[in-house]
Amino acid sequence: MNDIYALMRHSWAGLRVLIAATLLLGLGYPLLVTGVAQVAFPWQANGSLVTADGSRTTDPSEAAGSVLLGQVSDDSALFYPRPSAAGDGYDTMSTYGSNLGPEEPALIKAIKERKAEVAAREGVTADEVPADAVTASASGLDPHISPAYASLQVARVAEANGLPEAKVRELVEESTEGRTAGVLGEARVNVLLLNIAVKQAAH
Amino acid sequence: MNTVVAAVLQVAVLIAALALAVPFLGRYLAHIYTTEKHLRVEKVVYRVLRVDPDADQRWRSYALAVLGFSLVGILFLYLLARVQQWLPLSLGFDPFPSDGAWNTAVSFVTNTNWQWYSGEAAAGNLLQMAGLTVQNFVSAAVGMSVAAAFARGLARGRGNGRVGNFWADLVRTTLRVLLPISFVGALVLVGFGAIQNLRADLAMTTLDGGQQILTSGAIASQEVIKELGTNGGGPYNVNSAHPFENPTPFTNLLEIFLLLVIPFAMAWAFGLIVKDRRQGGAVLATMATLWLGAVGLLTWAEIAGPGTAPQLAGGAMEGKEARFGEAASALFASSTTGTSTGAVNAMHDSLTAPGGGIAMFNMMLGEVAPGGVGSGLYGMLMLAIVTVFLCGLMVGRTPEYLGKKIGQREIVLVALYILATPILVLVGAAVAVSFPAGPAGMLNSGAHGFSEALYAVTSAANNNGSAFGGLTAGTPFWNTLLGVLMLFGRFLPIVFVLGLAGRFATTQHLPAGAGTLPTHRPLFVVLLTGVALVVVGLTYVPALALGPIVESLS
Repeated sequence: MNDIYALMRHSWAGLRVLIAATLLLGLGYPLLVTGVAQVAFPWQANGSLVTADGSRTTDPSEAAGSVLLGQVSDDSALFYPRPSAAGDGYDTMSTYGSNLGPEEPALIKAIKERKAEVAAREGVTADEVPADAVTASASGLDPHISPAYASLQVARVAEANGLPEAKVRELVEESTEGRTAGVLGEARVNVLLLNIAVKQAAH
Repeated sequence: MNTVVAAVLQVAVLIAALALAVPFLGRYLAHIYTTEKHLRVEKVVYRVLRVDPDADQRWRSYALAVLGFSLVGILFLYLLARVQQWLPLSLGFDPFPSDGAWNTAVSFVTNTNWQWYSGEAAAGNLLQMAGLTVQNFVSAAVGMSVAAAFARGLARGRGNGRVGNFWADLVRTTLRVLLPISFVGALVLVGFGAIQNLRADLAMTTLDGGQQILTSGAIASQEVIKELGTNGGGPYNVNSAHPFENPTPFTNLLEIFLLLVIPFAMAWAFGLIVKDRRQGGAVLATMATLWLGAVGLLTWAEIAGPGTAPQLAGGAMEGKEARFGEAASALFASSTTGTSTGAVNAMHDSLTAPGGGIAMFNMMLGEVAPGGVGSGLYGMLMLAIVTVFLCGLMVGRTPEYLGKKIGQREIVLVALYILATPILVLVGAAVAVSFPAGPAGMLNSGAHGFSEALYAVTSAANNNGSAFGGLTAGTPFWNTLLGVLMLFGRFLPIVFVLGLAGRFATTQHLPAGAGTLPTHRPLFVVLLTGVALVVVGLTYVPALALGPIVESLS
C-alpha cells in the first residue's frame, strides 16, 4: 500500500518534470536549433534545393529538386538513378527499402530482369552491370549512383544529346565525389547534378 | 584505394575519435553522478518543480521514481498520439489507432524506439518534437541514472542502503550532457545537409516534369539525440538511411560516433565512481572486444556478399545507399545493434544471411557491446557478477565483486536479470508464430520470414528498436505483443538492477584477500567475454538455427 502511495507521489512529481521537459526539450530545443540553422545554414536546413540551371534556392516552387533526394527519371537522354522501392519510385512520402532477403525469389527475379534491362539499354553484357544498378537502395531516395554505373551510361547519354563522349565523361568526373577523406563511405555520382550539367551542355 | 583497406581505416578513424572523447566524457559523467553541487539553473528547476534533489533515496524509492516518471511518460505520449489531429503543425495526419499509440508510447519511453508507423506519413511535427524528441532525451537519461545508481551502490561502503537521487540524476544528465551535445551536433548535421525547418510539405517539379513532395520538419534536432541517447526512432520510415537524416559519409561516421560515445564513456565513468579506474577499463575492454568482433564479422559478411541475390547482383547493395556502400553500412549495423540504438542506415532485412544473424546475435547479447546509454553498463556489470560467481564456484570461494560479497540474495537478483530478457524473447517468438496474425505480417518466405519475427521480438525485448523492416508490424497483434515485450524488457531488468544496488549499498566493503578474483586484469576480460558469449549462445542457438543459420547454410 505504501508503495502504491509512493508511486503515485512520484508520478505526480514525474508529471511536473515531464511538462518542464516538454517545454524545454520538445519546444525550446528544436525551435532554437531551427532558428540558428535557418540563419547559419538556410540552404541546407531547407532541403539543399537546386533550380533547373543548377543554382541554389530555398524556394520549392522554383526548385527542380534536392541534391539529396533522388528523383524518377524517365528520360532516356539522361542518366538513370538506382531502382527505388519508395512508393512508385522516389516517393518521399513513403520511403522504403525493398526489405527482401538475400534468398527471396522475388528479389532474385527482379535482379535478373533489371540486369537484362540495363544491359540491353546500354548495349553491354549483363556481366558489366554494377550491383547498384540492379538493387534498390535503403531509403528509396538514393541521390547517387556508383561511378561504374555512371560510366556505363555515358555512351547512351552522349549520343542522345549529340555530345562527344569525352565531354559527358568530363561531366561525370565533375559530379563524382570520392570517399570522404579517402576512407569514409564510397565514391559516388550525384544523378540530379549530373543531369542538370548534361542538359546545360546540350543547349 | 582497396575496399577492405578503406573499410579498416574507416573503423580506425572512428576508434581514434572515440579514444579521444571517451576519457574526457567519462570523467565528466563520473563528476556529475557524484558531486553534491547543483548548478544555479538546476536549483531553479528543482524549486519550480518542487522536487527534492538532495534526498538520498533507498533503492525502492529510486525505483518507484523511475517507474512513476515512466508511467506518466507513457500516458502523456499515448494521449498526444491519439489527439494529434487537433494539434498545430500536425500536417493533417490522422490520430494513431489505440494499439499503435500504445506501442509507440511504450516504445519511446523504454528507449526502444521501435516504429510500426512510417514517420513521414503518420507523425506530425508537434508529435515528433514535443512527444518523441522529449522521450529520446529523458528515456536515455533514465537509463544512465539507473546505471549511475548501481555504480554508487557498489562504490559506497557506508552500509546505509542509499543509492542517490533520481531527480537529480535525471535533470543533470539531461541538462549537462545530452542537451549541450545535441545542440552542437544538430547544427553540425544541418551544416552537412540534414534539414531543420517548420514549413509545410510542399511539391516540387522535378527535372523531367514529375512531382515530388519536399518533406519538412525538425529533423536534425531529433536525429542527433536519437543517436546520442541510443534511441533510434527517427522522423522518417527509413531512418538514418534517409538523406535528410544522414546526408554524407561524414555525418554517417558522426552518427555512429554519437551512438557509441556515451555507452563507452559510462564504463570509464564507472571506474572513477568506484575509485578504481582499472575496473572501468576492464568493462570497457570487454565491451570493445565484443563490438569490434561484431564489426569485423558483419563487415566481412557484407563485403563478401554470400547468398543468391548478392552474388547475382555482384554485391550486397540491396537495401544500402550508394554513399555508404557495404562497409559503412555494416559498421552502422553492428554499432546500432550492439548499442540499444536501433537506428539503421541500411535495411537489415536485406543484409546477407550471416550479416543479419550477427545483428540479431548482437542484440541477444543483451545490449552490452557496448550497449545502451546506461543499460550497457549495468548489463555488463550483471555479466561480470555472473563471471565472478562462476569462478568462485570453480575454486570453492565465496565470490565477491569490488569488495561486495555475492551471496544468495544477490545472485538470485542477477539470475532474474539474466533470465528476464531471454524468456521474453523466446516466449514472444513462440507466441508470434503460434497465432495466424503473427506470420501474417511476414514479407519474406521460409527461414527468412521466421527471422523477421525473431528479429522483431529480440529487438523489442532488448529495447533495440531496429527491425527486419519487411515485417508488417502495424497490426493490433504485433503492436500489442511488442509493446508488452518492450515494457517488461525495460523495467524488469531495471528493478532487478536497482534491487541489487540497494543490497550492495547496505553492505560494507570486504578487504581483498588471496582468494579474491582480480576483476581488472586481461584474464578477467577474457572470462567476461566468454561468459557473455556462452550465456547468449546457450540461450539462443536453437532459435537462431531456425532463422539465420539455416539461411546461411542453404
